Amino acid sequence: MTDAAVSPGIGRSRSLRRSKRLTTALLCLFLVYTFFPLFYLVVASTKSNSDLFSTFGLWFGHDFNLMANLRDLFVYSDGIFARWLLNTFLYSFSAGLGAALSATAAGYAFAKFSFWGREVLFGAILVAVMIPQTALVVPTFLLLAREGLTDSPLGVILPSMISPIGVYLMRVYIEEGVDNALLDAARIDGAGEWRIFRSIVFPLIMPGFVTVLLLAFVATWNNYFLPLIVLSTPAYFPLTVGLASWYRLASMGNGGGQVMFSVVLVGALVSIVPVIILFLILQRFWQGGLALGSVK
Amino acid sequence: MPYLFLAPFLLLFVAFVVAPLVYAFYTSVFRDTLVGGRHFVAFANYLRVASDANFWAGISNLLFFGVTQVPIMLGLALALGIVLDRGDVYARGLFRLGFFIPYAVPSVVAALIWGYIYGPAFGPFTQLAKGLGLPPPDFLSDRTMLFSLANIVTWEFTGYNMVIYYAALKAIPSDLREAASVDGAGSWQYALLIQLPLLWPAILLTIIFSINGTLQLFNEPYQMRSIAPAVIGTHYTPNIYAYFLSAANQQYNYAAAVSFVLGFVIAAIAGAFTLATNRRGGTSG
Repeated sequence: MTDAAVSPGIGRSRSLRRSKRLTTALLCLFLVYTFFPLFYLVVASTKSNSDLFSTFGLWFGHDFNLMANLRDLFVYSDGIFARWLLNTFLYSFSAGLGAALSATAAGYAFAKFSFWGREVLFGAILVAVMIPQTALVVPTFLLLAREGLTDSPLGVILPSMISPIGVYLMRVYIEEGVDNALLDAARIDGAGEWRIFRSIVFPLIMPGFVTVLLLAFVATWNNYFLPLIVLSTPAYFPLTVGLASWYRLASMGNGGGQVMFSVVLVGALVSIVPVIILFLILQRFWQGGLALGSVK
Repeated sequence: MPYLFLAPFLLLFVAFVVAPLVYAFYTSVFRDTLVGGRHFVAFANYLRVASDANFWAGISNLLFFGVTQVPIMLGLALALGIVLDRGDVYARGLFRLGFFIPYAVPSVVAALIWGYIYGPAFGPFTQLAKGLGLPPPDFLSDRTMLFSLANIVTWEFTGYNMVIYYAALKAIPSDLREAASVDGAGSWQYALLIQLPLLWPAILLTIIFSINGTLQLFNEPYQMRSIAPAVIGTHYTPNIYAYFLSAANQQYNYAAAVSFVLGFVIAAIAGAFTLATNRRGGTSG
């Protein structure tokens, strides 16, 4: 009797544990796929050019050449890689800051004021969310070419400051996170609108602000098509455009032949590390941002 | 007062969304000739796109790409999201974070890494095949290139779509699961009959984004052009075509028309898809 009552329970928990292990194993399989190219990149970045060709790609070579490769990377072509890194930081940070500031201010207007044309305007912005940045690249280039603004960093930074999804996120965020009574109390106390925005609203919605900044920062860091078509002076290139130009040179066997390969590989590694670190540190921000965007 | 808060965003929006579109449309109804200058040609450029084999070759490449890659990627993302949400796995947080990492990698760099992995120079698959005395696989041929590209895009965006599904799954009240299990529904039945219909808005969103992303494909194939120039020509995708028309050949009028037709094609496919599925989604949800 006791046996009959206990044993199915044990059997069930054992099978549950087995299914838990099986699911975890399946997820591990996909994790291996996810990390496979990154592992390959890390391994390849530690190899000398001869090891790259003579040793197996998925394990380390004879020499640990990471430091030498990094040195090559930062001296190659008069050290232009450092310039690209700096450009990328500069473009991404200014675009991120501009996007976060303009989206926060606009989101605040949509959330806390009623004005003529509010919903029509907001509808237009929602439509714009569906226009991918890529679709605007060729038209933006045509306009910049007409105004003579191609080959200028501003031609990359200013278009990257537009974040319709950021306006949407900030509107939702402010509607839910900022109490109207608080604003009214401040108005009765005689605080100006700008002061209310800066010292009452802004601190309350810092997490949303950081989310929009992060999303625009990463989008600009990873952008390729726009800077490729707008910029032609190598000193203005961001990492993506610079690396891609080296990739082509290396594939054509130009630019010093084989020496290029290890430089390109370690350059790729250096270009992804900052964003990955940013994502790991600011986890809750991007998860919050994506969640808000999809649930509503 | 609200207009002051709106001003910075609206200024940028008008300058870099509205103005480029308006100007590109204006450009697309003219034709520039070396002798004779600029002529108004109405929709002649559009008619030319409509019968341009280069443009439609790119579209048909990407349509094939879309009907194979998008379902695989979204199916994977959905399965991963449901499994992670159910929670009977070890180290859930690690998986959720790990799957998302590729999203932080620029698509150009992703294509660069995979390009070397595929490649014959020092790719591990070529090395393995040679070591075993087998003919090395050719991932960069005319026949295999679309699949190689599909793998790169799947690698990049499965985790991103999973995060969207995961967030939507978290929004489903947990007492629904208890109620379903009291009624005797297993995990599969719960996933199919309860979760899927409730997830439909999120799924539709990711499908539309994927249709959009697929037909706009540029970075990955353009990057692969460096190592396989014979396979990826100047019109492998419509955006590559528009790029070469505008930046390399200065055919601004025609490039603008190509961009607009591409926009129409995307809007038409996304719209048709939404309409076709709305009825089904409407009755079940």
